Amino acid sequence: MLTNQAVAEDLIKQFGAAVYDFDEPFGLLTLSASREQIVPILLYLKDHKTYQINFLTDITGVHYPDEPGREFCVVYHAHSMVENFRVRIKVFLAEADLHIPSMTVLYASANWMERETFDFFGIQFDGHPNLTRILNMEEMDYFPMRKQYPLEDGTREDKIDALFGR
Amino acid sequence: MTTEDLSIDAVGARNTPATPEGPIQYVNELTTLNLGPTHPATHGIFQNILQMDGEKIVSGEQTIGYIHRAFEKIAERRPFYQITTLTDRMNYCSSPINNLGWMMTVEKLLGVQTPKRADYIRVIMMELARISDHLICNGILGVDTGAFTGFLYLFEERENIYEIYEEMCGARLTTNMGRIGGMERDLSAEAIRKIRKFLKDFPPVMKEFEKLFNRNRIFMDRVVDVGPITAERALSYGFTGPNLRAAGVDYDVRAMNPYSSYEDFEFEIPVGENGDTYDRFMVRNEEIWQSLRIVEQALDKLPDGPYYADAPEYYLPPKQEVYKNMEALIYHFKIVMGEIDAPVGEVYHAVEGGNGELGFYLISDGGRAPYRLHFRRPSFIYYQAFPEMCKGTTLSDAIVIMSSLNVIAGELDA
Repeated sequence: MLTNQAVAEDLIKQFGAAVYDFDEPFGLLTLSASREQIVPILLYLKDHKTYQINFLTDITGVHYPDEPGREFCVVYHAHSMVENFRVRIKVFLAEADLHIPSMTVLYASANWMERETFDFFGIQFDGHPNLTRILNMEEMDYFPMRKQYPLEDGTREDKIDALFGR
Repeated sequence: MTTEDLSIDAVGARNTPATPEGPIQYVNELTTLNLGPTHPATHGIFQNILQMDGEKIVSGEQTIGYIHRAFEKIAERRPFYQITTLTDRMNYCSSPINNLGWMMTVEKLLGVQTPKRADYIRVIMMELARISDHLICNGILGVDTGAFTGFLYLFEERENIYEIYEEMCGARLTTNMGRIGGMERDLSAEAIRKIRKFLKDFPPVMKEFEKLFNRNRIFMDRVVDVGPITAERALSYGFTGPNLRAAGVDYDVRAMNPYSSYEDFEFEIPVGENGDTYDRFMVRNEEIWQSLRIVEQALDKLPDGPYYADAPEYYLPPKQEVYKNMEALIYHFKIVMGEIDAPVGEVYHAVEGGNGELGFYLISDGGRAPYRLHFRRPSFIYYQAFPEMCKGTTLSDAIVIMSSLNVIAGELDA
């Protein structure tokens, strides 16, 4: 039985300062990693004899416009079907430099997930074989899931942030 | 001229190179074939651009997004209970699973513990939804191989499932079933009668369907060894659900991370061997039987008690109370107006949808709507394997492969 504690300690031992911000919301091991180390970390988890975290559940992006220097976050969910262990790894990126290595070298499923993340957030996955829009039309010239694009008509006053508790 | 001299040019045609003596000679041109977006065999709106060498498929590329409705964006401006209606429209063949999966995600974030009775009712509804999902997939696989009868017979039973939905929520397709904290209404006597009737009437029909297909020579010729995928490739492509189990991996969220009291029930996880179309068909058939088992157990063991949790801030009070009781009126108002802030948190919850692991990744910043909500849609992730699976096969096989993958356009595009 893998514990969050053991995996976290092992990752710190292996990758040192490249992994930080460990947490376990609702029991799911969550950590942040540096952009340079994200592929080696997932490769390490994948090839590890006991962890066997060899299933990439999900890749998605989040936009935090109010946090300068780390406006964008790419979130990876990986899963070990053998040990029934999940891990969530976040990589924060600055808006000025939205580049991150592509995970397609490890997982075929990353292809469309990264295209979707690019499509909605504009994050550039370096080394991706075909980084084009997937759900939106190709002529679109903005990235719609960024927070600066409000869903509703900007003149409406019944849908302001205050009404949503923010 | 030998075949070594042939080169493939930009449009994919195998031509002889241009020489000073003469222009390009077209030797063997590839045909571009558009399968979709509104081809009847896609069963939804998405496009496959296939390069064909005669009858063989050389390569394929998909274009999706035709019914993209920006659910993730819309969800950022909606109170939690209003997002249920968005989830309906993802895998519309088994909407209750989507609905209840979303409810469970929110309950996990809010820390609401649902009573056993609510869990059991949810299990019944989710398993009926799984049956109806698999019935459509397998029925249509029959249609795509030229057998309409099975589909027609099964649709009568699917109709009965939809009538059970109607008893539970009033709707048939876009069900909006369940509420945060439990179910909207209890199982009525009529609903129980209908479920019992279904449990009695459906097995003979299913047996007939299996008799019609499982060892049918014509059907087997069309599906055995068509579109096989190894377990390793399937995992790399992010397959989950029946498609992964057909490849021999016994991964099922219901068994591995039981939610909604699935640990109380006995069921088996059928697995295939080759991951071909026949295995996918057989795994789905067997899952229908297992789902029936679960429904039967849940109905027999249905505990007494409330069908919703004691969570007044999220679960609407009974209407009579709203008229008579001040507190109930306040809660009613606050819930309907979406005025209750959710706790800050980050949660990933997965349920076993009709097509595999349906995940909800919810980030709450303490507001009334999600800060970010991402749906892990199984169809979207495994459909990218389609070109690899149909490479080298004929068009008719490609259609059968696509049909057996059960790609649902609503889930594909969200």
